[in-house]
Amino acid sequence: MSVATTHDHHHDHHGPPRGWQRWVYSTNHKDIGTMYLFFALFMLFFGGAMAMYIRAELFMPGVQLASPDFYNNMVTDHALVMVFGMVMPAAAGMANWMIPMMIGAPDMALPRLNNLSFWLLPAAAILLMLSIVAPYIFPDGGTPVNTGWTLLPPLSVQNGIGMDFTIFAIHTLGVSSILASINIVTTILNMRAPGMTMMKMPLFVWAWFFTALLLIAVMPVLAGAVTMLLFDRHFGTSFFDAAGGGDPILFQHLFWFFGHPEVYVLLLPSIGVLGLVIPTFARKPLFGYKALVYGMGVLAALGMVVWAHHQYTIGMSLVATNYFMIGTILISIPVGLMLMNFIFTMWRGSMTFETPMLFGIAIILMFSFAGVTGVMLAVVPADMQYHDTMFVVAHFHYALIPGAVFGLYAGVFYWLPKWTGHMYNERLGQIFFWWTTISFNLTFFPQHFSGLAGMPRRIVDYSIQYTEFNMISSIGGFLFGLSHLLFLFIIIQTIRGGAKAPAKPWEGSQIGTPGLEWTLPSPPPFHSFTEAPVIK
Amino acid sequence: MLPRRDKCLSALFITGGAWLFSSMAHAAYEYNLTPPASTLTQEIFDLHMLTTIVGTIIMALVTGMIIYALINFRHAKGAIPDQEFHNGWFGRWAWVLVPVIVLSIDLTIASSASSTLNSVESHDKADVTVKVIGSQWKWTYEYMDDDIKIVSNLKKLEPTDPLYLRDVDDPLVLPTGKRVRFLLTSSDVLHNWGIAEIVPKKINIPGYINETWTHITKEGTYRGQCYENCGTGHAFMPAVVRAVSPTEYEQWKVARKAQQAQAAAEASADKVWAKAELMAKGEEVYTKNCLACHQANGQGLPGVFPALAGSKIANNTAALADHIAIVVKGKAGTAMAAWGPQLNDLDIAAVVTYERNAWGNTAGELVQPKDIKAAR
Repeated sequence: MSVATTHDHHHDHHGPPRGWQRWVYSTNHKDIGTMYLFFALFMLFFGGAMAMYIRAELFMPGVQLASPDFYNNMVTDHALVMVFGMVMPAAAGMANWMIPMMIGAPDMALPRLNNLSFWLLPAAAILLMLSIVAPYIFPDGGTPVNTGWTLLPPLSVQNGIGMDFTIFAIHTLGVSSILASINIVTTILNMRAPGMTMMKMPLFVWAWFFTALLLIAVMPVLAGAVTMLLFDRHFGTSFFDAAGGGDPILFQHLFWFFGHPEVYVLLLPSIGVLGLVIPTFARKPLFGYKALVYGMGVLAALGMVVWAHHQYTIGMSLVATNYFMIGTILISIPVGLMLMNFIFTMWRGSMTFETPMLFGIAIILMFSFAGVTGVMLAVVPADMQYHDTMFVVAHFHYALIPGAVFGLYAGVFYWLPKWTGHMYNERLGQIFFWWTTISFNLTFFPQHFSGLAGMPRRIVDYSIQYTEFNMISSIGGFLFGLSHLLFLFIIIQTIRGGAKAPAKPWEGSQIGTPGLEWTLPSPPPFHSFTEAPVIK
Repeated sequence: MLPRRDKCLSALFITGGAWLFSSMAHAAYEYNLTPPASTLTQEIFDLHMLTTIVGTIIMALVTGMIIYALINFRHAKGAIPDQEFHNGWFGRWAWVLVPVIVLSIDLTIASSASSTLNSVESHDKADVTVKVIGSQWKWTYEYMDDDIKIVSNLKKLEPTDPLYLRDVDDPLVLPTGKRVRFLLTSSDVLHNWGIAEIVPKKINIPGYINETWTHITKEGTYRGQCYENCGTGHAFMPAVVRAVSPTEYEQWKVARKAQQAQAAAEASADKVWAKAELMAKGEEVYTKNCLACHQANGQGLPGVFPALAGSKIANNTAALADHIAIVVKGKAGTAMAAWGPQLNDLDIAAVVTYERNAWGNTAGELVQPKDIKAAR
């Protein structure tokens, strides 16, 4: 690494305001990005603590720690916190930080909206936390939210007051996501520097473009579904109650019409990060940039029309079932194309293995595995055997931890030098990589076996034939949880100091991402581009 | 620096290889899908093996390519990046090649899956039809062609017992070698009656009827449980099927009908029962139907299920009619079910008597079957 060039802020007309006002009133894309990232980091530990409880309860047969309802409440909120509180805000934080810098914009298109969409998140988090304690602090608080994150009626109609808080939390999270998405789409379409055509944008920007479109399309459907649930609970409607002419399955269709695209909302930003990391450390341009862009578009479009594969067992017509099966299996085409393009990017390259690249390679391998079990699950008759077993749990954790979370870790290590101006400790980063990867596999690989043997999801207690697999899984889970303390340590250490990072922290920076972020110093000035850069 | 990275990489290979090895080498019994015991689940099992093998081959190829790349295209070995690789013929045509290969694999799997799906959804004439009703948290089986009804509850065992959470007091009995049709429904929330050996799952939806079927090939006891989250007792509602030969099945039916007729006659007789008899019968009914929520000591679960021990209704003579009404008709807005249609007059009389005299409750009345008949 070359010695970092020092830079000054004299060209800034005004610096950031001081004290709490800098953050609460912020309209600066970097400050809001930072807040998003810290919020996600906090929620990572909050949701992780719930996962630790779940693994402790499942360590051996018998109900040891808390009631079955508390257990399933934790299962519900672990999912909601990780999906809405951790992965989405972390990806939104990276989008806030990087998209304006990559496309040469001075800031996001709608800075005040940006402030609002962040500050709705802590409000939603508080509602979600209240949903956990409400059943205990209100008289007649009723059953805790024991439905799982799918909130399926009629069970969710039976639940107590916690369900209402959960519904309001989802409303708030939905507003936040829609506003952030509108902002991102507007920024990408309107704020590109002269010469930065759409087909020159870094893959990460494209990934977020599709992500934002998906969110704008599907979040309102979820908001509608949970509102109907609220009405069924309190205002005497019977949208989901057969006794009043409704249908409990209608909720499942509405939920998964949102829920399946949501999976791609979680995955696409990380695929975007991969599209930068792999070429950077392979020191050669991305293989099949156009195919990747169109592939992501096809993935987003297909992802919106295959929702019913989450509910093969509801008893649909043969024609509908065949349609959803074939549509789902076809998703392997864009996904396969993307993963192969990343491998071809490594092909005949010149690779080094810094932490982001290690995560990148692990993602390709483990996400392929999730794809393979995904095709197994797409096959309807076989899915009728796998449905709602731990096999499904193993599958989607293989999809979402490598596919989404490891992608975000790769992004954090890739951009920490740019964000903080300091290089992170490479040795600790690599220890973190091996620790998480090994413990992750130890946690979730055995769940394929317990699932095939028939262990259901969302059960607080299991029969003794599943004991060994669950013990291995729990030990892996505790190690996986513990590894994140190292992650926290590395981040704090890097913020506080370390070797100065140059404008291009990586040898292959410019090859990897032909965006404009590398033209700025590390850390970049408070206002990125005072004059629009011109791309030849 | 570099040798350590080499070590790290070899560890990556070993981890990757270990996955594949563990998934293939232990493909025997308990690492694989539950062994099938019916024609339909056998067909599904074969489909499962097809996708598993195709998937394993794909994983081997992907892992092989990555390992080859990691060994050969490394900066440390002085590899020179080929900056024009993506502009060669392969770079121009890979976007066609890869999807065509993936599509052909997809179609192979989809055509095979579609034909198995036709078997699952076939509606040929069944020899036996059983209605499976899920409720919080037990299974009720009704034989549609015979007047037989089975209520199947969890058998309480210690967490060290091999059958912990896998056994019920009264299993469903089915004949081998016959086509059995299941009509699935629910009385409260979603349930999913699942026994992987014999039947592909369909969920039980309140107010709707789903259909699935089996043709059991081997005699034996098959165990499954509820697979759709149905609340507090979700982990505690096993489903057990005892598959017997057709002759034995016919004998069982005759015996069962005789037993049911005797119980019905006993309940409708205008006999006045003694306290000891009612208490013994009541404890039996309570254990089978009420204990899952209200607990063995009558304390319920605080905040979720109300306590019966020491409750106002169970200790106040004036509230006897309310007590009977709640048991017979249920309580709207709560998980308390209406037991009137499920239990006979004697059972309800006994359980109300039990609840008013057990756990230190002091109301002390004896409730007779005729009181229940009057309250219905």
